[in-house]
Amino acid sequence: MYVAVKGGERAIDNAHGWLAEERRGDRAVPELTIPQIREQMTLAVNRVMAEGSLYDPDLAALAIKQARGDLIEAIFLIRAYRTTLPRLAGSRPVDTAAMAVDRRISATFKDLPGGQVLGPTFDYTHRLLDFALMAEAEPPTPLPSPRGGGEVPGAAAGQEAPPSPLVEEGWGGGPPRVPHVTGFLNRDGLIEAAPSSGATPPDLTRAPMELPADRALRLQALARGDEGFLLGLAYSTQRGYGRTHAFVGELRIGRVAVEVEIPELGFAVEIGEIELTECETVNQFKGSKTEPPQFTRGYGLVMGQSERKAIAMSLVDRALRWQDLGEDFTGAPAQDEEFVLMHCDNIQATGFLEHIKLPHYVDFQAELELVRRLRAEAETMPEAAE
Amino acid sequence: MTAHALQGGFAEAPVQSARAFREILEAMARPGTIRRVAGAEPPSPLSVAAGVALLTLCDPTTGLHLAGAADCPAVRDWVAFHIGAPLVAAEVADFALGTWEALQPVSRFRIGQPDYPDRSATLIVESERLVNHGPALTGPGIETATWLNLPETAAFRANRALFPLGFDCLFTAGDRIAGLPRSTRVEKI
Amino acid sequence: MTEQLDAGAYNFAYLDEQTKRMIRRAILKAIAVPGYQVPFASREMPMPYGWGTGGVQVTAACLVPEDRLKVIDQGADDTTNAVSIRRFFQRTAGVATTEATAEATVIQTRHRIPETPLKAGQILVYQVPIPEPLRFLEPRETETRKMHALEEYGLMHVKLYEDIARHGQIATSYAYPVRVEGRYVMDPSPIPKFDNPKLGNNPAIQLFGAGREQRIYALPPWSRVESLDFDDHPFRPSKAPHRCDLCGAGHSYLDEVITDDAGGRMFVCSDTDFCAGRRARGHRGRLAAEASAPPPHPSPTRGEGGAPSDGLAQGGAALASPPPRGEGLGAGGAGPEGTA
Repeated sequence: MYVAVKGGERAIDNAHGWLAEERRGDRAVPELTIPQIREQMTLAVNRVMAEGSLYDPDLAALAIKQARGDLIEAIFLIRAYRTTLPRLAGSRPVDTAAMAVDRRISATFKDLPGGQVLGPTFDYTHRLLDFALMAEAEPPTPLPSPRGGGEVPGAAAGQEAPPSPLVEEGWGGGPPRVPHVTGFLNRDGLIEAAPSSGATPPDLTRAPMELPADRALRLQALARGDEGFLLGLAYSTQRGYGRTHAFVGELRIGRVAVEVEIPELGFAVEIGEIELTECETVNQFKGSKTEPPQFTRGYGLVMGQSERKAIAMSLVDRALRWQDLGEDFTGAPAQDEEFVLMHCDNIQATGFLEHIKLPHYVDFQAELELVRRLRAEAETMPEAAE
Repeated sequence: MTAHALQGGFAEAPVQSARAFREILEAMARPGTIRRVAGAEPPSPLSVAAGVALLTLCDPTTGLHLAGAADCPAVRDWVAFHIGAPLVAAEVADFALGTWEALQPVSRFRIGQPDYPDRSATLIVESERLVNHGPALTGPGIETATWLNLPETAAFRANRALFPLGFDCLFTAGDRIAGLPRSTRVEKI
Repeated sequence: MTEQLDAGAYNFAYLDEQTKRMIRRAILKAIAVPGYQVPFASREMPMPYGWGTGGVQVTAACLVPEDRLKVIDQGADDTTNAVSIRRFFQRTAGVATTEATAEATVIQTRHRIPETPLKAGQILVYQVPIPEPLRFLEPRETETRKMHALEEYGLMHVKLYEDIARHGQIATSYAYPVRVEGRYVMDPSPIPKFDNPKLGNNPAIQLFGAGREQRIYALPPWSRVESLDFDDHPFRPSKAPHRCDLCGAGHSYLDEVITDDAGGRMFVCSDTDFCAGRRARGHRGRLAAEASAPPPHPSPTRGEGGAPSDGLAQGGAALASPPPRGEGLGAGGAGPEGTA
């Protein structure tokens, strides 16, 4: 007699067991530790923190390990975890001018207060596989590279120059204060002002996305958005789909203090520091009848060292500002707020994309029945179908 | 803050608020049906049901308007301690609490916007008693017709005429609660 | 993934209380304005968007410890995603579960309305992928929101009419749009249009959750729900013109199963509880009587490592994945060596 197959539960258990084995791989190879991932896969950890919207290198490393290196899966693990966390307080805005910079470059000025600091960048590496890294033994350390090193004042190639005279000492022995390039331009009115509204920015993790979005909400969405999606969009603006003539006014990577206001104390307390990448682009803008010519701004801020993402974000931010700046909508994807914001989240995108592998027997059967019926009717009425 | 303000909340919030919500959901989905709720002991003059509704639905993200006798120090302290809802003017309230008389004129409450009709107030109307007798109710949630002792009919007919805009009501008396969403048609007695 | 959820490690029904309050408020507004999509701050759930996160959040906000939960996908209780969601709530809410429609107090569903009529006291929670019925005609939320506000549904009628011009009938077979209480046009989720008549005048509460799209909407009991149509082309629910080959039902929605490589097929109820109930009462279909070599009921899981080991025909074995290599993980079914 017929017995219904009950395979679902067992199939899931077996799939999970198999997955765990595959994750571990060959047991003759030592297991990865979380500190190893955190310290040696740092940029992957940074991406998971940025798009997972949770600054915790250890948890990001754990997620990468658990996800077998699938970064979107790791981001998903972090997102699902962070949403269960209680929100104890909101920090004060971080002061990126007080950032302890590891890297700080400007493409618009040869030298400037705070100096040009190359930092730990791939930029001038020759992309040649370093087979020495395949050796099991620790390779010799090439050069001492303390944090804050690698400074290249004047960007004068090959010269051993003294530290830039424009580097200021920080107050009280703290890191030197590195003023923003856009601040210098702003002093002369050469760039649009960007005054703080003082308003609490909206939070799309706590309130549904509402369109049209203001710039703060757009920036939040972009900061969590998929790096690849933003890269493609930003690239499209460079090729003419919403071109904004971007210069990297400044790109900086470093650590900033996070402060929380304690109402009972009446002042702010530093609770730690986080690494950020900030990019400010200086974009061209023709003046109008009412406004003299001024440069305009694009902005990117991403957790961790994520400079490709920060640059892409600032280009997309600028392209999305066409309306504020009285520009034309040319139909470019990067100008289309709804298109960008509704599709930049890789957790939403991958979930919906992959859900089409779930059973759709029922709706497919409905289509099948309809197509068969339409075909049958077409065959019985050959003339009418002409 | 009075000592009483610290008492009378849910002892086991996840489960008590879940049970309370199911009763409120049934009440709102089946206008005119009278449900019973439990778990709150709010200060006078609040009914148990009104206290349960506040604990279940309100929090620091929802503006609450206290009207008439409900706007007293004991209630304010209790709300501050257990719910944390900011107390706001009627015109901007997400929730309003009071007797029907105290809530007048109800035309001041938010009715939503054509593109966001959900951005409207929910009135928690404290009543002497709730019985299935009085004006006839028809509409979504009601198979044929039902009856509820509403304080009047004109205001609810005017509210229905705004549909899909309008405010929604929960009537509370003791541990009883009944719902009257904007979608319900109210017939004169 | 769900194995990590220990009882006590998470709040009752997983979501924190503030999130549940937010969802509950949205549900009440959805009930007050039937068919209108209420925006809500959908949370990231420990399962992917598009796999029922909206339904899961709505269910989590409604569950009480006394509930008996049924979860179905494509009408079946044993499809893998239904199993996964049911387990999630067993672990995080500790609720009893059931496969019997009549015994369930909350039913979460994907793509079907159960055949067994629902009753007062039950809640049917739909998983919704795209809540906006106008989305495929107008991709912009900013535009469709205006169209709903202005009750401007001409575009939808144009689309349906173009179907008639091209195909002689409305060529929408699932997610067939409805008008609720004469006001909002609503997407009933991708249920076959066969199920549309069950939407209206239903004694149960029907709630719709779209997690990724951040919308909740509802049909209160006994709501008036009309499938869009034209006077000269009235709405017609349809299904495959067959009876269930297992239970013989002539009025239930059917899944089609390919049984061989030569055009052989069978039709079985998509609602597994309904079909099993009929068979328990002695109803038999065309193929159920062939006890000597009964065709296996199609495994909704396609036998991934879970092929039956009880001597049934192994028609699906060729589709089975190789069993795990680890100790004790073999499912006892036909492995690669068995099918090679």
